[in-house]
Amino acid sequence: MEHTSRQYEKELQQLKEKILLLGGTVELMIASSMKSLLTRDSDMAKNVIASDPRVDAMELEVDHLCVSLLALRQPAASDLRFITTALKIVTDLERIGDLTVNIAERAVELNEEPPLKPYIDVPRMASQVAGMVHQALDAFVNRHPGMAREVLGEDDAVDRLNVQLFRELLTYMIEEPKNVSRALRITFIAKYLERIADHATNIAQMVIFLCEGQDIRHSPAGRGSEGKV
Amino acid sequence: MPPAPKTLVSERVRDQEAPAGDPKVELRGMSFHYPGRQALQDIHLTVPEHRVTAIIGPSGCGKSTLIKSINRIAEIGNDIRVDGEVLFDGKNVYAPGTDLVDLRRRVGMLFQKPNPFPKSIFENVAFGPRIHQGRRRSELEGIVEKSLRQAALWDEVRDRLHTSAMALSGGQQQRLCLARVLAVDPEVILMDEPCSALDPISTARIEELIEELRSRYTVVIVTHNMQQAARVSDRTAFLLNGALIEVDRTEKIFTNPSDRRTEDYITGRFG
Repeated sequence: MEHTSRQYEKELQQLKEKILLLGGTVELMIASSMKSLLTRDSDMAKNVIASDPRVDAMELEVDHLCVSLLALRQPAASDLRFITTALKIVTDLERIGDLTVNIAERAVELNEEPPLKPYIDVPRMASQVAGMVHQALDAFVNRHPGMAREVLGEDDAVDRLNVQLFRELLTYMIEEPKNVSRALRITFIAKYLERIADHATNIAQMVIFLCEGQDIRHSPAGRGSEGKV
Repeated sequence: MPPAPKTLVSERVRDQEAPAGDPKVELRGMSFHYPGRQALQDIHLTVPEHRVTAIIGPSGCGKSTLIKSINRIAEIGNDIRVDGEVLFDGKNVYAPGTDLVDLRRRVGMLFQKPNPFPKSIFENVAFGPRIHQGRRRSELEGIVEKSLRQAALWDEVRDRLHTSAMALSGGQQQRLCLARVLAVDPEVILMDEPCSALDPISTARIEELIEELRSRYTVVIVTHNMQQAARVSDRTAFLLNGALIEVDRTEKIFTNPSDRRTEDYITGRFG
């Protein structure tokens, strides 16, 4: 059922659209930052870095709209949960944007040197992480707690890939000190991806709160990251 | 700025999670009929002691009838029929032989519009104790001061106790009416939209008083202002077309109600 106040209804719709626009932007940034690494395309990486201010501006817009809705509409029940969820996930999305910028910066640095090794686990990790972000956003749009729960389950796999990658890169560093700077940068990228997965997990947890009114964070039901490096 | 309530939010939250307390008033399968119209149907509602219970719902849903059925003033001037029971301290107030004067003393009421008697401030408060309890003049002064202090009005009127109550502002008149209720030592205080005729500052004063009253009295408040229900009450009941749809902890009702109709009403998706 729609709100009696059409204007209120419209503002809630606007909020949802702004979150989706931000979500779409950071999804694209994840894809582009990875592509810039794998295809050694530094211009693409620089484009990712350049889009950061746009993400920041979108975060501020969402925050502003949420505060104004809270102040002027006194939202309750599912509307209140929607707005508080929006306020929290916008921070996660903005942080994901920052992390893709970090990936792009490391890509620019790595592209200046010869490849250390063919990238195998990094793209695997990246596609898994991008899938998590996408699904968390889908769960938000469709208010689907089941989809959100699937995201929570995937975080452990990403953590394991991160640990595995770290061990492998460690062997390169031990073998040859010349490898250290490149191996470290790849380690960083894996770590950034692992952090993005954590943010996707946060978003999924908030979606469950949005749908069911239950806060599962910091409880066994909200289990996310483990085995960090 | 009105002074901040003395109870911390964290204490309130803890309190709300605590067991609800003994039932002070209990409606059991209660239906209320006016001639040719049923106002309430099969209401089951427990009002815990020393808690604030808010009743919300659209106009004409039976909120006022519900609270006025507790001290049996809904029947004044009406030919009514009540089925089921309204228990006050475990006794059905509709049982034959109920002492209505005593019932209405123990269950006091505050109305939408302040309704002081056209007498002095002192007489407004002294009236009840004198009539109900036959208090002597020497006792009355103490009772009047204590009641006015409890209603946070004493400091504003101490120098003009014998001037007309009608000269007070709306907010002061409402606090005077509260003092008048408190003077006869009630156990339950019913409030029927007590702030709807008041400005925001006077409203905040009354709300702060409700906060203080809850430690000693059981309060049932009907309000159209949902933010007010959210601010002052421990439990909230949602009424629709004479039926009780949902009653729960206030925090639960306003963040995650169980019934779709409650959700639609409090989020403004109604009708």
